[in-house]
Amino acid sequence: MSTSPEFWTVADTAKRVAAGEIGAVRLVDTMLSRITNVDRELGAFLATDGEGARRDAAEIDRKRTAGQFAGPLAGVTIALKDNLVTKGVATTAGSKILQGWIPPYDATVVEKLRSAGALIVGKTNLDEFGMGSSTERSAYKKTRNPWDTSRVPGGSSGGSAAAVAAGLAAGSLGTDTGGSIRQPAAFCGVVGIKPTYGRVSRYGVIAFASSLDQVGPIARTVQDAAILLQVISGHDPRDSTSLDLPIPAFAEAATGDVKGMKIGLPKEYFQPGSGSLDSEVRTALERTIKALHDKGATTVEVSLPHTSLALPAYYIVAPAEASSNLSRYDGIRYGKRAEASDLLDLYCKSRGAGFGPEVKRRIMLGTYALRSGYYDAYYKKAQQIRTLIKNDFDEAFTKVDVLLTPTTPTSAFRFNARATPLDMYLGDIFTLACNLAGLPGMSVPVGLTADGLPIGAQLIGKALDEVTMIRAGSAIEALGGLGDKRPSGIGGI
Amino acid sequence: MPTLTRKEVEEIALLARLHLESEEVEAMQGELGAILEHFSGIASVDTTDVVPMTHAVPMDLPLRNDVVLPSLPTDEALRGTPKRDGDLIVVPAILPGGPE
Repeated sequence: MSTSPEFWTVADTAKRVAAGEIGAVRLVDTMLSRITNVDRELGAFLATDGEGARRDAAEIDRKRTAGQFAGPLAGVTIALKDNLVTKGVATTAGSKILQGWIPPYDATVVEKLRSAGALIVGKTNLDEFGMGSSTERSAYKKTRNPWDTSRVPGGSSGGSAAAVAAGLAAGSLGTDTGGSIRQPAAFCGVVGIKPTYGRVSRYGVIAFASSLDQVGPIARTVQDAAILLQVISGHDPRDSTSLDLPIPAFAEAATGDVKGMKIGLPKEYFQPGSGSLDSEVRTALERTIKALHDKGATTVEVSLPHTSLALPAYYIVAPAEASSNLSRYDGIRYGKRAEASDLLDLYCKSRGAGFGPEVKRRIMLGTYALRSGYYDAYYKKAQQIRTLIKNDFDEAFTKVDVLLTPTTPTSAFRFNARATPLDMYLGDIFTLACNLAGLPGMSVPVGLTADGLPIGAQLIGKALDEVTMIRAGSAIEALGGLGDKRPSGIGGI
Repeated sequence: MPTLTRKEVEEIALLARLHLESEEVEAMQGELGAILEHFSGIASVDTTDVVPMTHAVPMDLPLRNDVVLPSLPTDEALRGTPKRDGDLIVVPAILPGGPE
């Protein structure tokens, strides 16, 4: 257990604050001063909310002194990806088109965190509207990987993952449309969970691709991620895609017990040449598999024959939905407005000036796929391929309880290393299918490369069975996680 | 499948209400062409009788009672509006040369 509050877990922080071992105000001041010192170089945050966090911390201290329960996350510092809207705190989605916009309401997940006593310390950097895999596509700044500052933190929730890895918050929330929680978690050596589609409300989440987007937690331990998932899950009448189902005890699932568990290894993810799987990533996975055997799990090779179609299906469905969702940024009601002579000109110029290159590319791709006469060949076809992909998973899950794969083909890459858009898309190859099928997925650290870069293993669960996935994740963490290793690349950690 | 012409890129940009500079049109032509080319394999996938997936987890259309609930006050909702006149949003004329 770390003696420095910066690296206390969510569970430990909540316990210490509840016991009065440390005041919430003192704790939040420590974290805010660390953000000031470290984030100049790291670039994880787009905005901090010191005033709001201190105000809420004072309220927690007041309640505790008065003998009242201040919530299960009382005093726990949380960073939010800047596509989650926060009342009174600027929210940009990493885009110039929303520069200066102050949301008049909180997202449901933000409300839930606040009522659990969490202290929101700030908003984290992301690829514009979540479109990217390195956070290099943010319109504002570069976020560095805390383990090696010459490398990207992954994306699109790169700021959220980097902040947690560097001890700038106990936990964070990201969003995951095609891997945007799991991939940066893998690159930054932290745990990230994408819940089953519908498990968590998307009300107040700036939409990218509505049939794929989910909000999920990023934390330094599996148990912490499970605790945060517990708080943010649940039906929300304001999101008609949220599921009205009981919430299992996620926080109690991190037992590490995998005795008798059947773990599927999809052969398409391990084949030579599969997404150019790096040999160190492969070795780390093989070590993990052996360790799971030693703990009483069995592994079974399974096949997901339509795996190679996930990439094209995703890059049709996601841009198509994005082109529709992003039509709301028209310069009329909020956001950036360009000077123009007539209405059409105003739309085109506002959007042309406000969106960055990757967002424009995806809007164009989506518009191409959805235009009259092309729907059947692209969007409908891609949705049919989704059914084939989902059927593959259904078949695999008749034989196994959970699937284990690498999260990414490689560890974190250097800035500007993925030169073309297509190069960048190909790096998402292992995480996309999970979103297309709506399944829960998570990334857990499984050691470091020879260069000291984190490697992540991905677990994919049956729909609504996050519990088994979390159980397997906690076993992997205990067997081959990073333990007390901390990034040494930044801020004298 | 597609190699995009400059004219096609410009047409799509107009449909998307997106002003592109000349060099952006050129870049887009190459990049979109390469992406679409890479994905062209999906055309040969046999999807006869495959039902398109519409929801990741099967669910019925949820309905709620038709009850008026509190919503944002107008002033708060319009706080981020670039140009206002009271509770109205000011926009340029639909036809060029017309009044706001």
